[in-house]
Amino acid sequence: MEMHGEELINAPKEKVWEALNDPEILKQAIPGCEEIEKDSDTSFTAKVKVKVGPVKATFKGAVSLSNIDAPNGYTITGEGKGGAAGFGKGGADVSLTEADGGTLLKYDVKASVGGKMAQIGSRLIDSTAKKLAGEFFTNFNELVSTGAAEEAPAVETETSAAAETTPEPAQAENVAPTQSATPEPQEPEQPAGWMKPSILIPVAIVVAAILYFLTQGNS
Amino acid sequence: MSVENGIGASVVRKEDQRFITGNGNYLDDINKAGQCYGYFLRSPHAFAKINSIDLTAAKAAPGVVDIFTGADMAADAVGGLICGWGISNKDGTPHAAPPHPCLATDSVKHVGDQVAFVVAESLQAAKDAAELIEVDYEELQSVTDVRKAASGAQIHPEAPGNQCYDWELGDKEAVDAAFANAAHITKMDLINNRLAPNPMEPRAALGEYDRGTGEYTLYTTSQNPHVARLILSAFVNIAPENKLRVIAPDVGGGFGSKIFVYAEETTTIWASKRVGRPIKWTADRSEAFLTDAHGRDHATHAEMAFDADGNILGFRVSTLANMGAYLSTFASAVPTYLYATLLNGQYKMPCIYAEVQAMFTNTTPVDAYRGAGRPEATYVVERMMERAARDMNMDPTELRMKNFIAPDAYPYETPVIMTYDSGDYPQTMNLAKDMIDYAGFQARKAESASRGKLRGIGSAAYIEACGIAPSAAVGSLGAGVGLWESAEVRFNPTGSVTVFTGSHSHGQGHETTFAQLVADKLGVPYESIEVVHGDTTKVPFGMGTYGSRSLAVGGSAIVKAADKIVDKAKKIAAHLMEASADDIEHNQGVYSIAGTDKQMTIGELAFAAYVPHNYPEDLEPGLAENAFYDPLNFTFPAGTHIAEVEIDPATGIVEVVDWAAADDFGNVINPMIVEGQVHGGVAQGIGQALLEGVVYDDDSGQLLTGSYMDYCMPRADNLPNFKVEATNTPCPSNPLGVKGCGEAGAIAAPAALMNAITDALGKEIDMPATPEKVWRAAQSA
Repeated sequence: MEMHGEELINAPKEKVWEALNDPEILKQAIPGCEEIEKDSDTSFTAKVKVKVGPVKATFKGAVSLSNIDAPNGYTITGEGKGGAAGFGKGGADVSLTEADGGTLLKYDVKASVGGKMAQIGSRLIDSTAKKLAGEFFTNFNELVSTGAAEEAPAVETETSAAAETTPEPAQAENVAPTQSATPEPQEPEQPAGWMKPSILIPVAIVVAAILYFLTQGNS
Repeated sequence: MSVENGIGASVVRKEDQRFITGNGNYLDDINKAGQCYGYFLRSPHAFAKINSIDLTAAKAAPGVVDIFTGADMAADAVGGLICGWGISNKDGTPHAAPPHPCLATDSVKHVGDQVAFVVAESLQAAKDAAELIEVDYEELQSVTDVRKAASGAQIHPEAPGNQCYDWELGDKEAVDAAFANAAHITKMDLINNRLAPNPMEPRAALGEYDRGTGEYTLYTTSQNPHVARLILSAFVNIAPENKLRVIAPDVGGGFGSKIFVYAEETTTIWASKRVGRPIKWTADRSEAFLTDAHGRDHATHAEMAFDADGNILGFRVSTLANMGAYLSTFASAVPTYLYATLLNGQYKMPCIYAEVQAMFTNTTPVDAYRGAGRPEATYVVERMMERAARDMNMDPTELRMKNFIAPDAYPYETPVIMTYDSGDYPQTMNLAKDMIDYAGFQARKAESASRGKLRGIGSAAYIEACGIAPSAAVGSLGAGVGLWESAEVRFNPTGSVTVFTGSHSHGQGHETTFAQLVADKLGVPYESIEVVHGDTTKVPFGMGTYGSRSLAVGGSAIVKAADKIVDKAKKIAAHLMEASADDIEHNQGVYSIAGTDKQMTIGELAFAAYVPHNYPEDLEPGLAENAFYDPLNFTFPAGTHIAEVEIDPATGIVEVVDWAAADDFGNVINPMIVEGQVHGGVAQGIGQALLEGVVYDDDSGQLLTGSYMDYCMPRADNLPNFKVEATNTPCPSNPLGVKGCGEAGAIAAPAALMNAITDALGKEIDMPATPEKVWRAAQSA
């Protein structure tokens, strides 16, 4: 499937970029996201859990970033595995441009699903992806425009403490150096674009298809 | 002549008592003490290398008994699955026969390919453990479309260019010469869409190993348990035949898909010894879509040459046939000897040339499915005949009439191997036209037009070769088996009869039909006859049921055994009544001395055979006879189906408003069962033409039609009330004069319906004629 879209985020470009690289914000924005871990400067893993009635499915996603051009955009590619449910994989080109009222986030997503999700959910993938992307942006917009991520009480996993070791990777040079009022970046600059909407999308698709599948009582 | 409930009676089916009361004994109803459950981890990718499989976490999961991979089976010297029919290329070399391991070893080749077999205390535990298996796949670019297979990545090293074979039949030079002299040539490109078989009962297996005797028992959803035993023993190396028992209990439909030996039952029976406990595996519907052998999937270019009067001069056909990722058990035969040999249709064709390229793709294997090659042939021939008539401004039924083989021309040898033994094609054509009021069609069309609807009418004059098959004939064409059938008719001392048949019933009603047959031949009450099938330790080695062969071949074997019974009973009667056996006459179970009123019943004679106090010295006690029957020829059911449709151009919905089926099945044992078979076959054919179609994602190779949300099956509201009638030219090639009826509807229907739809639209479209496709055609000028 392919999905192209743009969202107006009520915040300046640098702030949006920062948020896009802030695991905590992303974790809160992505529906069902449970944890996010950085494997390297440009790769992350995430766990998204979905519960439907008595059934749970956990999706593990791995995302990597390339073509990083802070604060203007990057390319992300990712894959989410849902065990018996199959997998989703895809990529997105994401760009940020200043616009009236904030920042225009444009995305071009290409994603595909495999296994059970393709067999039972192919008809639902497009609409599901759009729905989940919509939820993500609603959450993201809210988090960015109201300032930094609030420690949502529900957050049980503390992932942020990793900040002390920060060997600056070469390509991290460009990470938001211009931010004047930057609060101490507790996250190394890593363009943690790690779970941008694009990863979100395959994962979300997976999740949605699973949900659908489970509710069908089929198996 | 007729016995009550004998030949020709529409007896209500015996087996329905247990089926409709929920007392059938299907495979999943069977459970064994200590049984555990098997579950297959399947490939989510269409084509990928397996770099590693890590079972550590999965083996430690709760309830896991053991987990097996391809390496375990290889270490046990368990062979892969075989293809039992050798096809030669144009240059005489054999077809490519790549290995087909039960569990993947170094690569997976279609979505659903078996990767590991998890055995656990419960199905849920097995599924949970399967989730913990870590497989490192390296994805490769797949190819699923048969038209792109040659340029796709190589799937098997043994099959360069992904070609399984490049085969030909017929006289190319004669055809070329015929085309050079043609007044008219009709050309068409036709797609025969891929179908999932969808039997009501999914495939299942229960394997059990007896450590005391060393015997294996495999319960499996098979249409031919002895063939399964033979393959598992001789080729897969599970166990010697005498240590392997295969039971196919009540089986809920097969349509061909349960002929074949699959990876699942093979792995299950093998693993049952490894774990020392019975193992049950039952497919869910998703697995059925992924792994039951699919049907059809041809892309064909055809050309037919005519003289100025509309007589056929020659026919050439070039077909690409999709084999899927591996060769299934009889896959190679379907697009060759079961297909091209029927391209002559019901016509006088002076010459035919067919070439078939079979290709490997990253899809589920394709094999025989209701009709197996003959629906594909009929579709090509009959779409071409209709198209040619339109091109030449002739009535399609008239063009057919003009070219039909004359009713007095039998036996008729075609240019493509077959010798038709009987038929009367003009008779069935005229009957079908009368049934549907062909003459009144234009008035109905005008009435539809007044309501803004498009009405169309289309015919298919089909012929098929079934009752397969003479062993010598199929042997000469590459078959690895003979296709005879076996039977035993066994009297019990009290006069009741048990019939053991090598045929297998999975919906056809053999327990009824064969009992009628024996009642008729031996004069025993129908209620006193029991039919036994499906267990290799009970019935003599038999070849099973497919290709509409049960009655023509299996029934003929029963007749032969019954004839032996009659001969022996006459000798017993002659002794007891002190006459010569030559003077004993048999009539419906009564044995009398000709010209006298002295007589004995078969019940008395059977008792005498088992309590032989006064018995002929030169005769063995007992009254039971075996017979094997090898047919003299195929049988050739034929007929005409005419479909009438009304299309709403605003929605693209096709309503099948009328259906006439005029079939010549030769003699008929149970007209009600035959009509039911026609109904089912036509419904399946309508399904193919209107609704069904397996779809793979062209890029990723994922199966997109993996459930009934996306794979549309025909339902009652898609079907009209069928008009079914029969003519009868008895088959001269078997003692019953029967031809077989199980596949006819599925063979005739797709061409008839597509001819009707394209007649209404005035445009050619391919199957399935979905509302979207029809709407687009109706809307485009």
